Amino acid sequence: MNVEKGLHDAHYFVPAPSRWPAVGAIALFCLGLGAALAINAVPAGWLLLASGGGLLLWMLFGWFGDVIAESESHAYGPQVGWSFRWGMAWFIFSEVMFFAAFFGALFYTRSIAVPELGGSGLSHDLLWPRFSAEWPQQTGPSVASYTPMGAHGIPSINTAILLSSGATLTWAHWALLKGQRLQLISGLVITVYLAALFLALQAAEYHHGFAELNLTLASGAYGATFYLLTGFHGLHVLVGSLLLCVILARSARGDFDERHHFAFEAAAWYWHFVDVVWLLLFVTVYWL
Amino acid sequence: MNDHTHDSSHATAHGWRRWLYATNHKDIGTLYLCFAAAMFFTGGLMALGIRLELFQPGLQYWHPEFYNQLVTLHGVIMVFGAIMPAFTGLANWMLPLMLGAPDMAFARMNNWSFWLLPPAAALLLISLVVPGGAAAAGWTFYPPLSIQGGMGMDLAIFAIHLLGISSIMGSINIVVTVLNMRAPGMTLLKMPLFAWTSLITAYLLIAVAPVLAGAVTMLLTDRHFGTHFFKAAGGGDPVLFQHIFWFFGHPEVYIMALPAFGIVSQIIPTFARKPLFGYVSMVYATCAIGILSFLVWGHHMFAVGMPAVTQLFFMFMTMLIAVPTGVKVFNWIATMWQGSMSFETPMLFAVGFVCLFTVGGFSGLVLSVAPVDTQMQDTYYVVAHFHYVLVAGALFSLFGAVYYWLPKWSGNNYCEPLGKLHFWWSMIAFNITFFPMHFLGLAGMPRRIPDYALQFTHFNQLATVGALLFGLAQILFIYNVVQCIRARYGPADERPWDGAHTLEWDVPTPAPHHTWESPPDIALVRKGLRAQALEHGHE
Ligand code: HEM
Ligand SMILES: [Cu+2]
Repeated sequence: MNVEKGLHDAHYFVPAPSRWPAVGAIALFCLGLGAALAINAVPAGWLLLASGGGLLLWMLFGWFGDVIAESESHAYGPQVGWSFRWGMAWFIFSEVMFFAAFFGALFYTRSIAVPELGGSGLSHDLLWPRFSAEWPQQTGPSVASYTPMGAHGIPSINTAILLSSGATLTWAHWALLKGQRLQLISGLVITVYLAALFLALQAAEYHHGFAELNLTLASGAYGATFYLLTGFHGLHVLVGSLLLCVILARSARGDFDERHHFAFEAAAWYWHFVDVVWLLLFVTVYWL
Repeated sequence: MNDHTHDSSHATAHGWRRWLYATNHKDIGTLYLCFAAAMFFTGGLMALGIRLELFQPGLQYWHPEFYNQLVTLHGVIMVFGAIMPAFTGLANWMLPLMLGAPDMAFARMNNWSFWLLPPAAALLLISLVVPGGAAAAGWTFYPPLSIQGGMGMDLAIFAIHLLGISSIMGSINIVVTVLNMRAPGMTLLKMPLFAWTSLITAYLLIAVAPVLAGAVTMLLTDRHFGTHFFKAAGGGDPVLFQHIFWFFGHPEVYIMALPAFGIVSQIIPTFARKPLFGYVSMVYATCAIGILSFLVWGHHMFAVGMPAVTQLFFMFMTMLIAVPTGVKVFNWIATMWQGSMSFETPMLFAVGFVCLFTVGGFSGLVLSVAPVDTQMQDTYYVVAHFHYVLVAGALFSLFGAVYYWLPKWSGNNYCEPLGKLHFWWSMIAFNITFFPMHFLGLAGMPRRIPDYALQFTHFNQLATVGALLFGLAQILFIYNVVQCIRARYGPADERPWDGAHTLEWDVPTPAPHHTWESPPDIALVRKGLRAQALEHGHE
């Protein structure tokens, strides 16, 4: 395809030797070792975690700083632009597969494991007294009783918030394509605001779960799938909003024009991906 | 500013910075290959530790717990530390050369992919000395055993996270390089088969590495944060882990096999001096494997219990996947048919690969039959099977690749007689080690156990002697490579193999630091394609 379009850059941009990958590797090493020590109650682990986190932040600032500077100095030709787009698309695909593992766990537990135990003809005393094959399971030898999270209230509001944030982001994108910076910036501000609102509401929801419903990570297979699915999604919303903040700051600074704004596109793709995951979550975790 | 950024692509760092800060695909490829070699010997020493214990029945050298740690670390290190990085290293070195690209698509990220590997290996090795020792649940990490282990298990989990991040980034790099950086005139169906298999491998890895990350993350929260994904006492199910693991695990075995297919598809035409037979069918077979490998994971779980229809589904899907693999084997044989063959070391390894991989494929077909597998599951028959595909398959292809491209990399010849000795010695020692394991498994010897019944003694002694011999043979390999790099066997020709027509042979020898800085001339590309019978046409 690129061949036919003659899209070969005369000189494909190859970056100069850089220290950031090595810094990132050390950071992740500290984080891995630190986490292993910390969860096994070795205090030194926290120190390692903190230094790993610090190094990671330094690396992210440095590395993205370099990339932004290169982009602004027009070091990237069209072929590099294609590489970025392909790269981001495949990265999002890998994220989809990460969520697929957790959705798979949810579907398997709900639709295969639990019904099978119910229909196996085993005496339920082998499992535990008062076992019943229902979802969510609210009893179990190592599960304190709890109330599952309903779909009304915060989850529905959050659905509306995320969907509108997708719309406002698209509105900002149109502005960028038309060169209307004011609309671009206001679109982004509204989007970031909605993202923050989403996160705040989710925090309130978690508080409600822990404090009033006694719904914790330890609330059986339901609590596990609920918190890990919504938790990882929330983490992705957080990352997505940070990306949008960077984009907002760059837009305010005057970066991007109608044709060169890959970073904006990447953040937007990511945001829509997070949106779609939420819809799936809403239907399968909260609603059904 | 423009000038500056252009110039920077030629800048090179020196000393340790050259390697730590590398953005050059050849340097990073070299790093990958050296790391893989170091891990190969580390995992190999562990294998010898296992074989030592199994030389006699009874407990000789290790506590059973430590034996299990050796088995686990051997498996993890060989799979994630030796074979996979070696293939990624080859892709790094060769894809830009073969496709006519100046470097990998994301040269800086490429270095991060590599430099995450040593920390992951360090975590695994550190786990040997923490209280409770290393992970001991096998490379498959099944709960409940993996929920019970000590800190070593957590270190292994985080090591897997790092390895996964590295694999995903490395794979994105490979996919984008292949899709976006090919020379003018080299359409997808005209690129070397190694590029095709690297592309499909990378796609598989992007799809399944995150799934493995998810699986071990759930393991981690089950261990430390009170969740019940795999704990029946809270409504979870340990079998769920097996499903998720093997959804990763089966594509993973093709991740270790497809690049080998690609390498062999480069080597055999060169030494048969004939174009690859059935190029397009090779591509389709590779893609078919890329799809089917997601639909067979249940064959690892026949003995776990699943409905009969599900067993039948996985059984027939597994047999189906033998079809594209068979297509490949027939194509290699047809390529050799009536060729004017010569048997330099790379070709010996390639032919050895075809023979022994086929043996491993057949024992796999035997295992795909659900009622048979219920007997054979977790016996030494399985160990024999996967070492035929991994050692005689993946590893032999890697040896072949190193001998094939070493002259281009280093600019020097290797010692041909020593290479041939390495091949024949490895070939014989390999079969002494692993062929008897078929019989052991059929007779019922279980795997992952440090002790065995008396009647298994003789075959085990044979296997241990074979393993020691196999290990010794690898010293020849390292000696040969080192002496080659030190120019002990004279300089190599620009095109040491007269039957080789892919683009990498059109760059000077040794390959300079920067190659194809501007895309190769279309006439040059066409010439190579015509020689490979991928393009027909007139001057
Ligand atoms: C000198 C060469 C090698 C020898 C002698 C050797 C020997 C062994 C032995 C004795 C076991 C233990 C079987 C058991 O008790 O279950 C084993 C397991 C294994 N080996 Fe190797 N091996 C060699 C090379 C390799 C290579 C190159 C790979 C490449 C991927 C590999 C992958 C594995 C795996 C995945 C396991 C399973 C570990 C587990 O059960 O968790 N081996 N090997
Ligand atoms: Cu499999």
